[in-house]
Amino acid sequence: MDLHTLSVRQASDLLQTGEITSVALTSAILERIRAVEPTVRAHITVSDDLALQQAEAADARLRAGEQVTALTGVPYSVKDCLSTKGVRTTCASKILETYVPRYNATVIQRLEDAGAVLVGKHNMDEFGMGSSCENSAFFNTHNPWDTARVPGGSSGGSAAAVAAEMTPFALGEDTGGSIRMPAGFCGVTGLKPTYGRVSRYGLIALVSSFDSIGPLARDVADAALVTQTIAGHDPRDNTSLRAPVPDYAQAFTGDLKGVTLGVPVEYFAEGINPAVEAPIRAALEQFRDLGAEVREVSLPHTPYAIPVYYLILFAEASSNLARFDGVRFGLSSDGADVLERYLQTRHAGFGDEVKRRIMLGAFALSAGYYDAYYLRAQKVRALLRQDFDRVFAEVDALVAPVCPTPAFKLGEKVADPLTMYLSDVHVVAINPAGVPALALPCGFTGDAPSLPVGMQLIGRPLDEATLFRIGHAYQQATHWHLARPTLAS
Amino acid sequence: MSQRIDSDLVQHIAFLTRLALTEEETALFSEQFSAIIDYFDVLGEVDVSAVAPFTQPQITQAELREDVAHPSMAREDFLANIPQRQGDYVRVSMVLENSRM
Amino acid sequence: MNCIQRYEPVIGMEIHAELHTQSKMFCGCAVTDTTVAEPNTTICPVCTGLPGAMPAVNREAVAQAMMVGLALNCQINEFTNFARKNYFYPDLPKGYQISQYDFPIATNGWVDVTDENSAAHHIRVRRAHMEEDTAKLFHIYEPGGADYTLIDFNRCGIPLLEIVSEPDMHSVEAVQAYATKIRETLRYLGVNSGDMEKGVLRFEANVSVRPRGSDTLGTRTEIKNLNSFRALTLATAYEIERQIAILEAGGGVVQETLGWDALRNATFSQRGKEHAHDYRYFPEPDLPPLRIERAWVNEVAAILPELPDAKHARFVADYGLTPQDARILVGDRAVAGYFESALHAYTGAPSSVAKWLIGELFYLMNRDNVSIEAAQVRPAALARLIGLVDAGTLNPNSAKAVLGEMFATGGQPEAIVEAKGLAQISDDERLAAVVAQVLADNAAQVVAYRAGKDSVFQWLMGQVMRATRGRAAPDVVRRLLSAALASIDDSSEGRDRIKSQAQAL
Ligand SMILES: [Mg+2]
Ligand SMILES: [Zn+2]
Repeated sequence: MDLHTLSVRQASDLLQTGEITSVALTSAILERIRAVEPTVRAHITVSDDLALQQAEAADARLRAGEQVTALTGVPYSVKDCLSTKGVRTTCASKILETYVPRYNATVIQRLEDAGAVLVGKHNMDEFGMGSSCENSAFFNTHNPWDTARVPGGSSGGSAAAVAAEMTPFALGEDTGGSIRMPAGFCGVTGLKPTYGRVSRYGLIALVSSFDSIGPLARDVADAALVTQTIAGHDPRDNTSLRAPVPDYAQAFTGDLKGVTLGVPVEYFAEGINPAVEAPIRAALEQFRDLGAEVREVSLPHTPYAIPVYYLILFAEASSNLARFDGVRFGLSSDGADVLERYLQTRHAGFGDEVKRRIMLGAFALSAGYYDAYYLRAQKVRALLRQDFDRVFAEVDALVAPVCPTPAFKLGEKVADPLTMYLSDVHVVAINPAGVPALALPCGFTGDAPSLPVGMQLIGRPLDEATLFRIGHAYQQATHWHLARPTLAS
Repeated sequence: MSQRIDSDLVQHIAFLTRLALTEEETALFSEQFSAIIDYFDVLGEVDVSAVAPFTQPQITQAELREDVAHPSMAREDFLANIPQRQGDYVRVSMVLENSRM
Repeated sequence: MNCIQRYEPVIGMEIHAELHTQSKMFCGCAVTDTTVAEPNTTICPVCTGLPGAMPAVNREAVAQAMMVGLALNCQINEFTNFARKNYFYPDLPKGYQISQYDFPIATNGWVDVTDENSAAHHIRVRRAHMEEDTAKLFHIYEPGGADYTLIDFNRCGIPLLEIVSEPDMHSVEAVQAYATKIRETLRYLGVNSGDMEKGVLRFEANVSVRPRGSDTLGTRTEIKNLNSFRALTLATAYEIERQIAILEAGGGVVQETLGWDALRNATFSQRGKEHAHDYRYFPEPDLPPLRIERAWVNEVAAILPELPDAKHARFVADYGLTPQDARILVGDRAVAGYFESALHAYTGAPSSVAKWLIGELFYLMNRDNVSIEAAQVRPAALARLIGLVDAGTLNPNSAKAVLGEMFATGGQPEAIVEAKGLAQISDDERLAAVVAQVLADNAAQVVAYRAGKDSVFQWLMGQVMRATRGRAAPDVVRRLLSAALASIDDSSEGRDRIKSQAQAL
């Protein structure tokens, strides 16, 4: 048996029946990483020793039959923006290249408490700024379906690792598509939960009011299982919501009877690649077959999503990244005085895209421009949210492409920043609105190389359960999520 | 409200955000920023006269943290990541008053 | 009219007060006395700005901010939020301070104060807002020029309330009275010790001057880091004079931030070149807005202690104290509490307790630098001591000696009186004998008295007191002495009789 191919639920079953041990499973995962990492390059750090220690502890729990959860003994890895005690956490930035946190993010702690086994930290765009992983300060990650292509970003390492079977599941972070876009490019399932559903404590913030931590997994049921463990109020994060977390497994009805799905016309406007549109239209048929009613809806403020998203991103990011000053941790270039230290540390530590966004944010917040840019963006953001509230009075969820195109080639798009910003329209609108969205594979482009196509289901605030129900029913009826890339190892 | 961002403004913002920039970077950013900011002016089309800015749902008394002191992190854990320390302090080279801005 | 009087100073104040909570504003680290704690021991990822850490608002800090707001007659705003104030400085680990900007918790208050010249001032309080304190920096100056700075994060994140007045003060006396009032109020509320040496209360003054009669504001300067009342008043006075001198010389005041050099007694410019501040305030995205429900405001209002002005009015009306005595007693909540506790154990006029407390106990406390809380003389004991005087058991002088003993040892007044044999002698027979002996021993003085030298009477009183080691009841002695002196005739027989009477005793 190739243990690395197991899904979370398969691994969990075998662990609990004692047919495999966590040490064996974790070793198989480490072996798989060693085999395909040179090709995929998904990891910034692999913490072998800690992983094996945690696996042994999990095995003890399993043997004793104490405190066993569905995730006890199951290995996982996370995007390198989550604080992991004793494991280097870099945000793929030179400024944090040597930073070893002394505390766990709440989600990491919850997984550790559940007995899951942390294996490594995934590559990403520096501080989450990018959608191809090419903005990593360290190296590029390759799409397992075609290693000449990007995995998407910014949680590109996580999506690639799940697709390449280097982990049963991963945690990513979605600021403006950063889970969904790479999930779409790599053919895996990823959830951006409702803003506030999952604690952000210990997540190195990009945009505090957008950032959402969520799972990337082989299928919807695994994603739901992981969400079950990490979701819920955290007193350390005042923006985390107090709403109770339902038992997601209860949502899996296998059909879509009584479900109404909306198709936002703005998301199928010009620019959508026919090779992407076709599988999504086919999925809409599948939904109908499963019993759903499908109708067109309109989100009229969608054209403003990009400027709203980026203005708020720049502003919050410029402030969030101020703490990287070379005084308490990370890279530090000492100068004659503190001012020199700041200037030189930040000059040397941040990549160009990061610098660009920090400065644009300072501009958007500065005295003479605040009203025209930042404040206006927050007002239009309220309108974007109203669009969603209005359609969710009529439909239970929306169906849209994740990206208008499949994965592009490495080096193909790193040109002009504005062009880059304009390409993310389908995913970025979700975050200013704070609603949840589930990305899942729905087919492949016809041409060689055949690349995965992702769709996203967008839901009402806090109604991840309905997204899981729809996604699960779809994956019961289709096989796209079972496809695996062939990797020369 | 088209907004040219000249080199002086870029330099000013770079100083505000404590980023040393080369002349080439200054010129490049000035060019790029102008295009980006011009694009953002599209928001001027939206009538927001009657719209309140977006905020998170408000929290109330009950949701605030109880005033209880917890043990702090071990000093050595904190100091382990310090680039420059002296004894139990974090050290930096001289702070000049005019570096506060 | 000299040139100073031709100008009117216009002064506003910003007062930063640490709040007295158990834990910090946004994290669970203990609030400690940062002047004595080991460096970098009350710290965590939140208050040292480590990557990923997030703030969580301390409920009690908000409640204390509300208490201050209510005490300063402010409106408590239903919608309040936090904002980031962005700037770089090594005492600010996140690169921003979490503060409040557009929506402070308390606005539009006022206080009425009376200054040392008995002039009344109505000073508006613009706002009080919550924020977090910064880390402490220690600048180390090396002879070689390689100066450096050390950082201790213990103070970082301690809840801070910034109280901003309108520029309603027009004299140094008004500034002093306002600052005193704020300190007194904070101490009353139990939210701040007022201990300026520990840095828990810090003043800043904005000063401008304008020709009297003008209603436009002059260019103002901001004097930072005034860490004592002395610095506050000296710096404000200095700055007023400095600005007037500039204007008189035909110059213009430069808007700038100043420091106060306590050694040279002068303000100094803190920056060579004044940068325009651009703090890029925006709503703190890590903290949702806070809705202060009316019920919470009422809850806090209900536990608000009686404030100094109300207490003062009550002390004058209910206890018949002079306004001056009442002012002294209410100046410190602990003193006022002490006074009222003493009254519980006392049946005489409240003013005698005030007199003993202010006149005698304060003297001892000041002499030995002991606070009312630490004084060994407890209120009931003081009350019983005064009762002994009222009952004639102890004369006032002995009572002072007993108080001194109580203050030094914590002993009870009755026990001390007993042990030292200090009980007053007021029985006529015993004292008549002493008086007779004194007169016999001091015949020359008696003659002088009779020749019209009245002051000798006091001297003779003193001799009697001395002979009784101060225990004689003064009024009894006075009566007996007068009678004895009046009964002496001028004849030599008379003098002889005095002598023989004395010998017989
Ligand atoms: Mg302040
Ligand atoms: Zn702390």
